[in-house]
Amino acid sequence: MILIHCPYCEQDRPEIEFTYGGQAHIARPHDPAALTDREWETYLYIRANPRGLHAERWRHIHGCARFFNAVRDTVTDRFTVTYKTGEARPDGGVA
Amino acid sequence: MTGYRLPAGGRIDRHRTINFRFDGRDYQGFAGDTLASAMAGAGIVLVGRSFKYHRPRGLLGIGSEECNALVSINRGAARVTPNVRSTQVWLYPGLNAISQNRWPSLRWDVVALNDVFAPLFPAGFYNKTFMWPRSAWEKLYEPVIRRLAGLGESPVERDPDHYDATYAHCEVLVVGGGRAGIDAALAAAQSGGRVILIDEGDELGGGALADPAQWPVLMALKQELYSCSNVMVLTRTTAFGFYHQNFIGATQQLTDYLEPAVSQGAREKLWRIRAGEVVLAQGAIERPLVFNGNDVPGVMLASAARSLALRFGVAVGRQVVVMAAHDSGWHDALAMAAAGVTIAAIIDVRHVVSGDLAEAARAMGIAVHTGAAITRVAGRHAVKGVTFASDGTGPSRRIACDTVLMAGGWTPSVHLWSHAKGSLVWSDAWGAYLPGTALENTRAVGACAGEWDFGAGVVTAVLPNALPVRSQTAFVDFQNDVKARDIHLAVQEGFRSIEHIKRYTTNGMATDQGKTSNLNGLQIASEALGRPVSDIGLTTFRPPYTPQTFGALLGHHKGALFQPVRKSVIDDWANLQGAVFENVGNWRRARYFPQGGEDMHSAVLRECTAVRERVGVFDASTLGKIEVVGPDAAEFLNRMYTNPWKGLAPGRCRYGLLLREDGFIIDDGVSARLADDRFHLTTTTGGAARVLNMMEDYLQTEWPDLDVWLTSTTEQWAVIALQGPRARDVIAPLVEGIDLSPAAFPHMAVREGTIAGVPTRLFRVSFTGELGFEINVPADQGRKVWDAVLRSGGAHGISPYGTEAMHVLRAEKGFIIVGQDTDGTMTPYDMGLDWAVGKKKPDFVGKRSLARPDMSAPGRKQFIGLLTERPQDLLEEGAQVVLDPTAPVPVPMIGHVTSAYHSVALGRTIALAVIADGRARIGEMVFIPMPDTVIRATVTAPVFHDPEGSRLNA
Ligand SMILES: [Zn+2]
Repeated sequence: MILIHCPYCEQDRPEIEFTYGGQAHIARPHDPAALTDREWETYLYIRANPRGLHAERWRHIHGCARFFNAVRDTVTDRFTVTYKTGEARPDGGVA
Repeated sequence: MTGYRLPAGGRIDRHRTINFRFDGRDYQGFAGDTLASAMAGAGIVLVGRSFKYHRPRGLLGIGSEECNALVSINRGAARVTPNVRSTQVWLYPGLNAISQNRWPSLRWDVVALNDVFAPLFPAGFYNKTFMWPRSAWEKLYEPVIRRLAGLGESPVERDPDHYDATYAHCEVLVVGGGRAGIDAALAAAQSGGRVILIDEGDELGGGALADPAQWPVLMALKQELYSCSNVMVLTRTTAFGFYHQNFIGATQQLTDYLEPAVSQGAREKLWRIRAGEVVLAQGAIERPLVFNGNDVPGVMLASAARSLALRFGVAVGRQVVVMAAHDSGWHDALAMAAAGVTIAAIIDVRHVVSGDLAEAARAMGIAVHTGAAITRVAGRHAVKGVTFASDGTGPSRRIACDTVLMAGGWTPSVHLWSHAKGSLVWSDAWGAYLPGTALENTRAVGACAGEWDFGAGVVTAVLPNALPVRSQTAFVDFQNDVKARDIHLAVQEGFRSIEHIKRYTTNGMATDQGKTSNLNGLQIASEALGRPVSDIGLTTFRPPYTPQTFGALLGHHKGALFQPVRKSVIDDWANLQGAVFENVGNWRRARYFPQGGEDMHSAVLRECTAVRERVGVFDASTLGKIEVVGPDAAEFLNRMYTNPWKGLAPGRCRYGLLLREDGFIIDDGVSARLADDRFHLTTTTGGAARVLNMMEDYLQTEWPDLDVWLTSTTEQWAVIALQGPRARDVIAPLVEGIDLSPAAFPHMAVREGTIAGVPTRLFRVSFTGELGFEINVPADQGRKVWDAVLRSGGAHGISPYGTEAMHVLRAEKGFIIVGQDTDGTMTPYDMGLDWAVGKKKPDFVGKRSLARPDMSAPGRKQFIGLLTERPQDLLEEGAQVVLDPTAPVPVPMIGHVTSAYHSVALGRTIALAVIADGRARIGEMVFIPMPDTVIRATVTAPVFHDPEGSRLNA
C-alpha cells in the first residue's frame, strides 16, 4: 500500500483514498474547433509511456476531493513529488 | 529412511504423547512435534506423490522450503486445507492428515504410469501440445491432464471460519526469529521505539533450535526479549510480502495448531504493518544436490535430518549416507552421529576437505569418500542403497543404506528483500545471490545477508556421472518434476534467459516457488549455456513467500460485507410486498411485484397496463442527483452538456446529454433549473459517481475560473415517479402551493411546494410517455409520502411497478438507456438525438470529436426499432442482425439488438437495435440468426407508442 502525499491536505495518506487520473499537463485546447483532426487526435489519445519518471494526475477522492499532480517512477512505483494543479512540474521533466 | 525416535534428546515433551492419523492409520507423536517430525519418528517414509509423474516422494526439508511432504489437513468437512507443508503443521491430538496426488492409494498409484511414459512429457510438453488441433485438446488432452495433474482438493463447501485483520505500526520490524533476528530486535528495543518480531515457527530460535549448545543462550535472549514492553513477538506468523514504503503483509495462525474441539475465534489474522525500518533475518535454505536418483523417498537435506535429530529427537534412518559438496554436511553428520544416529559414510564431491572434518568423521567410525559422487540410488518407495564412484566415473561401489542426506550448500533467503526491489549481487563463495543495495529503509542481517560462517563448499550443477544427463533421473524441482535433462532440453531448443527457461520447464513454478530449485536450475542452465550465472539473471521473486489462504486475504470482506448493498427508503415496503429484486450498480431495486403466483411476464404486463390505463408508482430514488450551484452554473452546464442551458428559464426542465471528449454518449438525464444560479441534475443510476467525477475534473482542472459548486445529492432525495393518465388526480389532494393545471405546470417543468405536508421539488416529467410526475422529497420523509400517494391512489387503481415494467414502457417510447442501447461508441446522431445537440454553441465536451469525418461517415450504426414478422417472437438482447442469413460464414453482421420486450400497448413484441445506416433501412426486412432458426424482422422508427406525444402533454 503506497502512501501518497496530498499537497492540499499536506498529509501522507494510503493509496485507497486516491484515484488515478492519467497523464498530467495536457490542457484542453481553448478553441477545439481551431484544431486539425490530427492535432485533436494528439490531444485526445496520444500519451507518454515512459520507463521512469511520469507526471500524472491523481485525485484525493476519498479525502479533500481535489485533483493534483504527481511525478512517479513507473519502474519502482515510487512518487518523487506531488504538487498542486496549475503548478509547473517541480523537477523540470517533460513526460 | 526408516526413521525412529532416539531414546533421548530434542525439545519435545516425551511425557505428552499425541495421537494423529495419516491416510486413515493411527500414529503417535509428542508435544513439540511437527507433523513431519512425528511422521518421521513413526517410520513413515512415503509421504506423497509428485505433481506430474506421481512419483513416490519422501520428506525433503524441515521448514517453508518443503516441496514433497504436502498433505491435506482435515478439520471437518468444510475445513479441509490442501497442500499444507507437513513441516509447518504443529501436532495436536486427533490431527487428521491425508496424502495427495495418489489414486487409489499412496503406495499403489495408477497414475504413476505417467512416470513410465515420462519421455512423452518432456519440458515444454504443454507449450508444444497447444499447437495440436483444438479438438484434440478439448476432447483428449485437457480432460486427461486435468485428471492426472493437480495438488490436493479444496473443499466445495463454504468456508465456515472467519478471519481477522488488523493494521500495526512500529519503528522497527524484524522478520525472522533466529539468532540474528532476536539480536536485531533486542538492539532495536534499546532505542525505546515500537518493535515487532515475526517468525513463522511456533518457537523463536530458527536454526539454533537444532543446536543444543546454543539453547541456554537462546533461552536467556528470549527471556530478555519477552520482558521488553515495547516488543511484540508474533510466532506462527508468515511475512508473505514486502510492499512499498516498508509495508509488510503477514498472516498469523490463530487456531490451526489447536485441536478443532477447543479452538475458538478467528482462524487467521492478516497483519498489515507499516514500519520505519525493516530488518530481514530470513536465514538461508540448504540446496539439494542434483544426481541420478535424488528423489527416492529417503533422500533429503542434511540440515533437515540434523533438525529432526537434535530438535525433535528423531533419527531419520538406521543407515545414513551423506552426499556433500559443503562442509555443513559434515558438521550435520558429526552432530547427528553424536546424538546416536548411525552415519555409514560421508561422500564428498570435493577431493580435498578440511583435515579436521575428515579426522573427526573417521574418529566416529564414519567411512569417508572424497572426490566421489553418488551415481545411482537403489529403491523405489524407499532408499535401499547407493552406488557411488570416484569423480562419478570411476569403478562403482555400493553401500547399503536407508537414507541419503544432501548437503549442497546454502541459498540465502532474499525473497522479501527482492519484493522490496532491493538489488541482488552474485556471490561466488555462496554460489548464490546476496542482498545488494536497498531501495527502502531496510537491511538484511544474518544468514540471509551472507553473514554466517559455516565452512566452505563448491557449487555444483549436476553431480558427475558416466551416464549422460538425459539418461539420469536427476531432479531439480521436486514439486514440479523438473529434471536436469529438461533444462538441458530448453537450452538446446534455444532458450537463453532464465525467465524463459523457467516458464518452459516450469522450474520453480510450483507452490514452493523454487525455494530449493531456483539456484540449481540456474547453475545447470549456466553450465549448458557456457555462460556465467550472473549473465543469465535470476527469476523475479514475487509475493507471497508461501501460499496464503484466500480467507486471510479476504478478512471481513465477505458475505454482506463483500460489497454493501444500497437500498432506498422504499426498499422495506417493496420487500413486504414480495417484490422480486435486481441489483443495478450497487443498488437493490424492485424488478416487479408478483401477485398470487404470477410469473414475471404476467406481472410486468399487469404493471404496464396499470400505467397506460390508470396510474403506476415507481421508486426512482436511485437516480443520480447532483446540485449545481453558483453564478456560473449555467455556463458550466453549457460547456459540459450537448444542450444549451443558458436560456432555460427557472422552473423548467431539460433532457441533458453528456458526451466524453471523444464524442461518445456517456450519460443522460433530465435536469431542472430552480433559480438563476441553481440546477437540480439527474444522472443514470449507475453513472452518478462517474458523472460527478468527470464534472469535478473539468471544474477543478480546466475551468477553475468558473464559480460553481457541485454536491452529490443522490441519497438526500427520495424520488417517487407517478405515471399514468390519472397521475394528476392522485397527487391533487396532497399538493399545496403548486398550481397543477396543465397550463400552469406543463410537461418538463419543476415546482416547489409541499406534498402530504412535506417540502417537495415536484418535476413534471415522463419516462413512460404518460402524464407523469417525479416527486422529490427529503429521503427521511420518502416513505411517508410514498404511503400517502398509495392511499390517495387507491381510488384510481394505482399499482406499483418495478424496473422491468419501467424498461418496457420506456422502450415503447424509444427512450434510450445509456449503457444498454448505447455501448460507448455511439454519438448523438447515431442515437437519433440530434435535437439534443446545441448546434449554435461554440463548444461543449465532445463537440470537436463530432466534427471528425468518421463520426458522420456512412455505415455507422444507427438506433432503430425492429418488429418481428411473427408478433410473439421475442428477440434476444445482444443477438446479431444480418442482411443475408444464407451468406457464407462468417456472415457479415450489420448490428445487434439492444432491447427487446413484450409490449402490452402494442399487443406484440418490440425491439430496439443499432444497425448500420439503420434510418435508411426503415421498412426493410432484416434477419436475426439464432441457433435453431432465423427470425425475420422489419426495421421501424424506434418510437412504437404515441409518437406525437399527446399523452404526456395531457
Ligand atoms: Zn487531500
